[in-house]
Amino acid sequence: MDFFKFFSKQPPSKDVAKERLKLILIHDRANVSPTFLEMLKSDIIRVISDYAEIDERGLEIKLTKAGEEGINTPALIANIPIKKMKETAK
Amino acid sequence: MSISIVVTSGKGGVGKTTTTANLGTALAMLGKKVVVVDADTGLRNLDLHLGLENRIVYNLVDVIEGTCKLKQALIKDKRLDNLFLLPTAQTKDKTAVKPEQMQELVENLKKDFDFVIIDCPAGIEHGFENAVAGADKAIVVTTPEVSAVRDADRIIGKLEAKGLEDHQLIINRIKFEMTKKGEMLNIDDMTDILAIKLLGIVPDDEKIVISTNRGEPAVTDPTSKAGQAYKNIARRLLGEEVPFMELDNQESGFFSMIKKLFRR
Repeated sequence: MDFFKFFSKQPPSKDVAKERLKLILIHDRANVSPTFLEMLKSDIIRVISDYAEIDERGLEIKLTKAGEEGINTPALIANIPIKKMKETAK
Repeated sequence: MSISIVVTSGKGGVGKTTTTANLGTALAMLGKKVVVVDADTGLRNLDLHLGLENRIVYNLVDVIEGTCKLKQALIKDKRLDNLFLLPTAQTKDKTAVKPEQMQELVENLKKDFDFVIIDCPAGIEHGFENAVAGADKAIVVTTPEVSAVRDADRIIGKLEAKGLEDHQLIINRIKFEMTKKGEMLNIDDMTDILAIKLLGIVPDDEKIVISTNRGEPAVTDPTSKAGQAYKNIARRLLGEEVPFMELDNQESGFFSMIKKLFRR
C-alpha cells in the first residue's frame, strides 16, 4: 500500500483538513455565508464591468480575519484580473 | 489567591469532563484545595468520572433554590481530603439556573477553595452561559478533528465577546503516530488555526477508558500517559514551566519497552 502511496499525488490528509478549516473559519468568524460572498462577487463584477473588461473566472474574493496579512481588522480582499479598460473609462 | 476556571469546548465528547476530573484531582494531589463543579445540569457525569455517584444527596440546583446550604451539597473525594465535587441535578434542565446565580455561587466557592473548576456542557446555549458566568479563566479543549477545531474556534469567539480574555487550549487525544505520517492535524496546525495559547497536549490513551470505567481519574495511575499529561498541565496552572510532551515519548510496543528497561 505504501508503495503506491509514494507515487500518488494526494497531499497528506492533515493538510486537506487544515485548508478546509481555514476556509470555513473565515466564514464562521465573519458570520457571513458563502452565499453572501457570491452575492458580493456578482455585484462587484457588475459595477466594475462598466469600466473594464474583467476575467470573471480569475476573480478571487475572500475575507481575512483580524491580524492576518498584517492588517488589524478583518478585511475584504478582492483580486480582480482586468483584461482591458473600456473606452468609456478613459 | 483563588481562581475559577471553566473547561469548555463547544463540541461534545472531546474530553471536557475527563479534563475537569483529572485537573481537579491533579491540583489536589499537588496540595491545593479544589472543588470541581458540574455545570451540565440534566446530563451530569463528573460524579461518574470521580466515582462519587453513590454519594450524592444534594446538588447545585438545590443550593441555588435554597433547599440546602452550599456545604451540604459538597461531596468529599474518596482519595483526597482537599478535593470536593459539587454535582448538579440530573432531573432538572439548564434553565433551572441563571448566569447571575451561577456567578454568585462561584464567588462563594472561591472563598473556601484555591481552585474552582467548572465542567461546561457542550453547546453554546444556556448551559454554556451559566458555566462561564463566574469564570476568571477558560480552558478550551479540542481534539485533532476538523469539527472539534471548528467548534473550539466558535467558543473562543464567544469567550472573547464576553470579555473572558484569559483562555488557553488543551489538545486532547492526539495520536503521535498519525501526526508523524501527516494523517492527523498536529499541534502547530491547531495553534496556528486557532491563534490561542497552548496549555497542554494530552496523548490518546486507552487507559482513559479504564480510568473512567473504575471512576478513578487517570492522574491517580502513575503508568498512564494521559495522566502524566494532565499532571503537567496542573503544574503549569500553578505557574511552573513544564515542557510539552515530546513525540518520541509516545513509543510503544515490545522493542521500545526493552529499550526503556535498559535506559533505567
